[in-house]
Amino acid sequence: MEKLSKLPKIYLVAVFIILYAPIFYLIFYSFNSGGGMSNFESFTLEHYAAVFEDTRLIVIVINTVIVALLSALVSTAIGVLGALAIVFMRNKAMRNAVLSLNNILIVSPDVIIGASFLILFTMIGVKLGFASVLISHIAFSIPIVVIMVLPKLQEMSPTLIDAALDLGASKRDVLTRVIIPFIKPGILAGFFLALTYSLDDFAVTFFVTGNGFSTLSVEIYSMARAGITLTINALSGLIFLVTVVLVIGYYAISRKTKAPLSGVRK
Amino acid sequence: MKEIVRGAAVILLVSAILLFINAELNDGGGSAGKDSITVYNWGEYIDPDLLKQFEKETGIRVIYETFDSNEGMMGKIEQGGTSYDISMPSEYMIEMMQEADLLLPLDYNKIPNVKNIDPYFLDLPFDPGNKYSLPYFWGTLGIAFNPTLLDGQTFESWDNLWDPSLKQQVILVDSARETIGMGLNSLGYSLNSTNLDELREATDKLKTLSPNVKAVIGDEVTQLMINGEAAISLTWSGQAADMMYENEDIDYIVPEEGSNLWFDNMVIPRTSTNIEGAHAFINFMLDAEVAAQNADYVGYSTPNLTALDLMDPEVTEDERFYPDEETRGHLEVYRNLGLEMLGQYNELFLEFKMDMK
Amino acid sequence: MNNKPLRPLYTIPYTAWILLFVIAPIALIIYFSFFDLSGNFTFDNYNNFFSSVYLKLTISSFWYAFLITFFTLLFSYPTAYFLTKTKHKQLWLLLIIIPSWINLLLKTYAFIGLFSLYGPINALLETTGIGKQQILFTDFSFVFVSVYIFIPFMILPIFNSLDKLNPALIDASRDLGANSWTTFRRVIWPLTLNGVKSGIQVVFIPALSLFMITRLIAGNKVITLGTAIEQQFLVTQNWGMGSTIAVFLILFMFIIMLITSSKDRGTTINGKIK
Repeated sequence: MEKLSKLPKIYLVAVFIILYAPIFYLIFYSFNSGGGMSNFESFTLEHYAAVFEDTRLIVIVINTVIVALLSALVSTAIGVLGALAIVFMRNKAMRNAVLSLNNILIVSPDVIIGASFLILFTMIGVKLGFASVLISHIAFSIPIVVIMVLPKLQEMSPTLIDAALDLGASKRDVLTRVIIPFIKPGILAGFFLALTYSLDDFAVTFFVTGNGFSTLSVEIYSMARAGITLTINALSGLIFLVTVVLVIGYYAISRKTKAPLSGVRK
Repeated sequence: MKEIVRGAAVILLVSAILLFINAELNDGGGSAGKDSITVYNWGEYIDPDLLKQFEKETGIRVIYETFDSNEGMMGKIEQGGTSYDISMPSEYMIEMMQEADLLLPLDYNKIPNVKNIDPYFLDLPFDPGNKYSLPYFWGTLGIAFNPTLLDGQTFESWDNLWDPSLKQQVILVDSARETIGMGLNSLGYSLNSTNLDELREATDKLKTLSPNVKAVIGDEVTQLMINGEAAISLTWSGQAADMMYENEDIDYIVPEEGSNLWFDNMVIPRTSTNIEGAHAFINFMLDAEVAAQNADYVGYSTPNLTALDLMDPEVTEDERFYPDEETRGHLEVYRNLGLEMLGQYNELFLEFKMDMK
Repeated sequence: MNNKPLRPLYTIPYTAWILLFVIAPIALIIYFSFFDLSGNFTFDNYNNFFSSVYLKLTISSFWYAFLITFFTLLFSYPTAYFLTKTKHKQLWLLLIIIPSWINLLLKTYAFIGLFSLYGPINALLETTGIGKQQILFTDFSFVFVSVYIFIPFMILPIFNSLDKLNPALIDASRDLGANSWTTFRRVIWPLTLNGVKSGIQVVFIPALSLFMITRLIAGNKVITLGTAIEQQFLVTQNWGMGSTIAVFLILFMFIIMLITSSKDRGTTINGKIK
């Protein structure tokens, strides 16, 4: 393969600079002892201290993590079952119909998901708060898991299953010993994507939350509405750090399991 | 397979531990119970120290949540999945909520501090006899401006905003009744107009303001004015007080054609699960010292007479924030026009926004 | 795969999910679009949509979505192309994706600071002699920030399809005497078209419904279908009209999915952004 010449290199560097400029801009001013995001006065960690002293904020961070972990776990389980169901469907038209239904939530704008779930919860009578947020996050993460797992399942040769069955394996064994290990990279990728979708969501949570339950992005929205405070900057610095650690962790795992990077497609 | 099961178990365990930590941080209290109340208030609309003081005095824990529009707040309460004990709607919204049967009547035996309130602010048309609500703050809508950025230009009337020299300078509020209302006021019509011709005329007049409009936004405007990023904005009085506190160049006026006079009131939504605690909270907020401290912090005008004596006279005698009764007479209070009419206002407002470039 | 090693019991949770969270919400939205504020059955909402400001809104929303998609593609394709030529391409790709994992609202607030009159961009413009410009609250800033947000989502599918491209094909094209442009136009572009299509799909539809940044960055000088839906649901509380706009947005979504869906199952769609 040919080497990159100078011009493309400059182009790529420019793209990277623009992509990271807003993030580093936020982080840079999180160390500013002055009040705002212009005129850097002197270095301070007080805004970081402010984040850790705020119990309410910590409770919200923990809420966000719990919702993300649980929703990713449940949606991965249901998504894997869904992908299996789709793959083993005999009727091709039916399979395509289900796939299209699956994709609807992926392409649907958040506003519509949020609004329609709000109507739904109102009709069923679900109390707004932890439960409604968790259910919504599970719901919008399932199709992503399916999309991540499906290509792996399709890659799998049917003869593999036949062979296992011929060798006397029970259906249960086929699932746990043959299929699941084979699609594990897809499952992991789906789990991580569900996790990031949940952490990132603002609009849907905004519609369906209530009763004092709040997640980080909703909280950031209400903090930022009141004007720029550097506590938000410090918070974004911390989030960036955690994200980078997570991503590196995921990269390491996916390299070990030799998964293609398709996992981080978003 | 084993690894996946193990991974799932670890995640469940971590979640359980986190849930436990959260419960500990929350002092073991659930989201609503006998010893806690949930307060649903506007953003930046209370001195947080007072919440701590209330918790200390009464032993009732306060869960605090904010909203950014009357309609959004009512939507959440109407939806039914919530258990708010206190909310602070504006006057026209109290009418709406009462019509929708969303409010509980107040028990005055539990609110002795009601005697502190200026009688002027009691028994108003939106809630005769204060059956459901008691005043929290009041204020006006007007123009905040920074003369140093405008070669010393000052403002007296809404019409001044149409001055051709103010290209791309004016920031409006992203709210239909305020912005359309400004158009109505500048034409001498009522803020509560339901006459479609008048509304159309007001919208058309607003469209001619387009070249001067810099943006139509919300609370973010405070920061922009303080930084000198924006020079003129349609602003509520307390927001203007915040701006002036941070940037001495800024001034605030209530235009001579008239404007909006508003009241935010404490109510107990029907969803309340701790009515006793809600009354205690209302009574606490009406205490003279508490109200004075809160007004100091928030910057809006307090209806609490006894609190005024405790405050800096320089503030309470400032006609911009505490206009006398005569001036108040020129101002108009929003009436509940009904959802249908609100829809009309919003559609015209959307038309105005679409017209801006 | 005609053998059925799994009992249908396995399919229950997923089927329940489809019924409850895909079909039911859409059905509810369609149902609500036929009701007016006082709960009477009516077609007024649809009449209103076609006769009033909403039609203009739809057109302008499409125009901006088109601009955003166009510029996103313009910048993403070369980036994806050059990325496939780097040494540690997977790592670089990861670095492109990381910013998309930072909360959208945080990035938006960063742009408010960056674009402000006293922000770094204007400081730079001043030192270069161009002088201060109003950047915030313009169509330019809206398109710029939107493109910024969507770029990673466009790069991914294009990168994946470029990455799958057999280099032998390019060599063959060269050997047969095609110059770089012809090779690109006749070989590379057609073979990566599916990636481009998925990219357009994951950018265009969300661009139609962006709602936070229309206010924060464009100062409401740009209004999208998403803004209108949010307003109807949360401000006017006219769920009927909000649902009607949502019905049209869903309709547009299906049309765009049809246009951009690829016949072969090479690149699957992937992505959803606010």
